[in-house]
Amino acid sequence: MGTEELTGAEITIRCLQEEGIDYIFGYPGGAVLFIYDELFKQNKVKHILVRHEQAALHAADGYARSSNKVGVALVTSGPGVTNSVTGIATAYMDSIPMVIISGQVPTYAIGLDAFQEVDTVGITRPCVKHNFLVKNITELAITIKKAFYISSTGRPGPVLVDIPKDVSQEKTKFYYPSSVSMRSYNPTSKENPGQLKKAIQLILGSKRPMIYTGGGVILSNATKQLTNLVQMLNFPCTNTLMGLGGYPATNKQFVGMLGMHGTYEANMAMQHCDVLIAIGARFDDRVIGNPKHFYNKERKIIHIDIDPSSISKRVKVDVPIVGSVSDVLNELIKLLKASKEKNDRAAIKSWWAQIDQWRKRDCLKYDRRSAIIKPQMVVEKLYKITKGNAFITSDVGQHQMWAAQFYKFDKPRRWINSGGLGTMGFGLPAAMGVQFANPKGAVACITGEASIQMCIQELSTCKQYNLPLKIVNLNNRYMGMVRQWQEFFHGNRYAESYVDALPDFVKLAESYGHVGMKIEQPNDIEDALKEAFKLKNRLVFMDFITDQTENVFPMIPGGKGLSEMILV
Amino acid sequence: MENEAGALSRVAGLFSARGYNIESLIVAPTEDPTLSRMTLVTVGSDDVVEQIIKQLNKLIDVVKIIDLSDGDHIECELMLVKVRAIGKDRKKIKGTADIFCGRIVDVTGKSYTIELTGTCSKLDAFLDTIERNTILETVRTGASGIGRGERILKV
Repeated sequence: MGTEELTGAEITIRCLQEEGIDYIFGYPGGAVLFIYDELFKQNKVKHILVRHEQAALHAADGYARSSNKVGVALVTSGPGVTNSVTGIATAYMDSIPMVIISGQVPTYAIGLDAFQEVDTVGITRPCVKHNFLVKNITELAITIKKAFYISSTGRPGPVLVDIPKDVSQEKTKFYYPSSVSMRSYNPTSKENPGQLKKAIQLILGSKRPMIYTGGGVILSNATKQLTNLVQMLNFPCTNTLMGLGGYPATNKQFVGMLGMHGTYEANMAMQHCDVLIAIGARFDDRVIGNPKHFYNKERKIIHIDIDPSSISKRVKVDVPIVGSVSDVLNELIKLLKASKEKNDRAAIKSWWAQIDQWRKRDCLKYDRRSAIIKPQMVVEKLYKITKGNAFITSDVGQHQMWAAQFYKFDKPRRWINSGGLGTMGFGLPAAMGVQFANPKGAVACITGEASIQMCIQELSTCKQYNLPLKIVNLNNRYMGMVRQWQEFFHGNRYAESYVDALPDFVKLAESYGHVGMKIEQPNDIEDALKEAFKLKNRLVFMDFITDQTENVFPMIPGGKGLSEMILV
Repeated sequence: MENEAGALSRVAGLFSARGYNIESLIVAPTEDPTLSRMTLVTVGSDDVVEQIIKQLNKLIDVVKIIDLSDGDHIECELMLVKVRAIGKDRKKIKGTADIFCGRIVDVTGKSYTIELTGTCSKLDAFLDTIERNTILETVRTGASGIGRGERILKV
């Protein structure tokens, strides 16, 4: 035990300092006033004031995703927490390490329907990795330690610590342990050597192999190992939406993203391969479609994941390997190097010939001579102007898919999007977090006129902190993805998907103190982007008026299999 | 599992969130007051049971979990039944309770309360044997279970 007597609020801030936290994102309120008072008295932990708690969570999330550090958010009780739930669930679905500190009404008022009281632990339970209500000041420091430990180890995820106001006011001796162990939580698991051996045999015996990787590769910082593995084997590689940047997109062995809006070649190779190596991915519905259609008797599946519950959840696998992706890949590479056997080169060559045949289908083609701006072209130009080096966040819908298809990510942690929960409103606040984590990086938010309005108030936060984000608004005056589904599956009945009465985004941006641009001609796209990125210290909101009828292709309709794509 | 506030609701919440069934659930602290032991009865295909176990293992409050039905085990449930017992029924009910090794733990001029332990099917059989319209009230704990012989679940 230390000798210093500190209040709960002081302890909370000291814990954050001990964890090396430089930024936290939050919004003050009654239950966290003591904590804010302590924040005020120090300058190690910088607080970023958002305009809505949801944005605090997304900003902490974007910070975490782009920096490989734990994101931290601080919100008050009641509505502060309920506003945060979307952000917490977003992070949970994508396994993002975050710690959320929430205020709670004083312990003596809990359960009495006090002002701004909600059952925070109850409300957030299904969308956190774990949560705590700290009822006793002596438990506070150790609980915060546990929260950081749990959130950042194993399969990462958000952990919430609920601190009643009286606990933040009481005093106790402060001691922050350097490590913590819990009998009921042991995140390290060693891969099974028997399974590794089986995997090696399958890999070396394969004639039509495929490597399919997801967000686990990014979270595990295993892109180097993955690149080594793919290149030493000369196998094709596809990334999920969450896995983009895990393997360099400009490399010829990359066959594009797979899934509902994946490339023809990636989806066909997934369906027809004889050995599938799934790495840090979870066969979700947007990736493989209907498991019954995905099933292929001849295909053997090796599945590497840190979370045993992800294995054989939707798809039965032949060789399960539980462990950290980077550790397992290191082992596999070692074993492959030591093996005398090699793959049948001729077979792999003819497999590549087949894949190249599929590639010739040119599934991402679009009308490049259109007189109206094609959204795909905006993303392509953005890629060109930023030389592929920007951090790209997105919201959810068509623009998200075009961003994923047309911006080629060669590096991990550059593509920041809400893959699992699909949260509209994520892009702008996430971009703020990314910019704080990468003050010198170029950060662009690819969004749509519907999504951007879900957290538009954060333009004010961007002004307060002078965040020079570049907002690429693909404005088609529709909730594009909803409209696309209505066109394909609901007889062109565009129920409530037209966004009438849009604001003048240029004026809107200007009223927040930013630069606004409206771009209506395809020939102006490049110049506008160049001009925007030249304004290094300004947020530029680029409103691109795009083709209203454009759809995302390829597309696998819901309930169908990977080879049942609608192609353009 | 950890004997912590909210541990039970994490388990119950997991079952409802993922659409699993809880047939019965029983939980109480063990000789180590920091630990609770829960016996939960569920039904599902092998795949579903495998997922349930994996998902439960992910809960931070769950320390250790075994599928008792994987091997030899003892299963026991406690039931209290209050039955109407008047006239010649009194003797008949007492006789049936004796056959099932039940104990009459409360008696009034009009009723018996019978305490019965055993497997769930034994308790079902008892209820099937006595006349349905004599039953005033039943309370069952749900099954608790333990492995046979050397099969031990301990932290």
